[in-house]
Amino acid sequence: MTPQFLFFCLAIVAITAALGMLIARSPVSSALWLILNLFCVAGLYLTMNAQFLAVVQVLVYAGAIMVLFLFVIMLLNVAALPSVRDIDWRLGVGFVLGVALLAQLSYAIASSTDLMPAEVSLESTVATGSVEVVAKELFTRFAMPLEMIGVLLLAATIGAVLLARRVSPK
Amino acid sequence: MEIPVDWYLALSAILFLLGVIGVLFRRNVIIILMSIELMLNAVNISLVALSQATGDVSGQILVFFVMSVAAAEAAVGLAIVIAIFRNKLSVDVNDFNLFKH
Repeated sequence: MTPQFLFFCLAIVAITAALGMLIARSPVSSALWLILNLFCVAGLYLTMNAQFLAVVQVLVYAGAIMVLFLFVIMLLNVAALPSVRDIDWRLGVGFVLGVALLAQLSYAIASSTDLMPAEVSLESTVATGSVEVVAKELFTRFAMPLEMIGVLLLAATIGAVLLARRVSPK
Repeated sequence: MEIPVDWYLALSAILFLLGVIGVLFRRNVIIILMSIELMLNAVNISLVALSQATGDVSGQILVFFVMSVAAAEAAVGLAIVIAIFRNKLSVDVNDFNLFKH
């Protein structure tokens, strides 16, 4: 199995899962499609030799964040939408905006690839994403942002608890 | 046998576009939040691809921070959704017109 074949398989499954998330009628199926997409992205990280990020992706995204989403969906007991929906003007406006954004991104990618060194390939930087390399950078050059992330997560936890708290009637 | 960086960037653009379409089309606020997660993931793919192509590990550190902020954003966003659902009994963004009146 060549790396290209692996990439194409993962990319096709990732795009299919993203489409499935968009067109699923039930929020629970949407969340499950997104979990499949996140696993494919973790596989793509592995093809780029970013092992640490692949593990963190599965743990944090597919593990923690999506479980949180599923909890909230089931807690709120949101009913699935009816399968037939009226197509209004929003669909046309959104389609035009989406195509414009895709054209913009394609142009940006097509016109900026010559900025990169052409001789550097993914194979030449095999050990870049290993745990040792990432940890060394994270705890030396990026130690201060790491501490800030800790403060941010604490603030987010307190904020989430305060926001979701039921206000008792006096 | 290596994979060109352009392929990763193209895949990243497509996934980002699908996230934008989700934010624009869907009216369930939870699915809008999930589309935002999809867009963050698309950007992460391009960050890792460019980090590998240039041999600089800083891009991967940035992806790590993006994941942390995404976790915080999901927690606070879902707490806000729960708080609004208590008042409105709905997750449809068309019903969220608190600032309109």
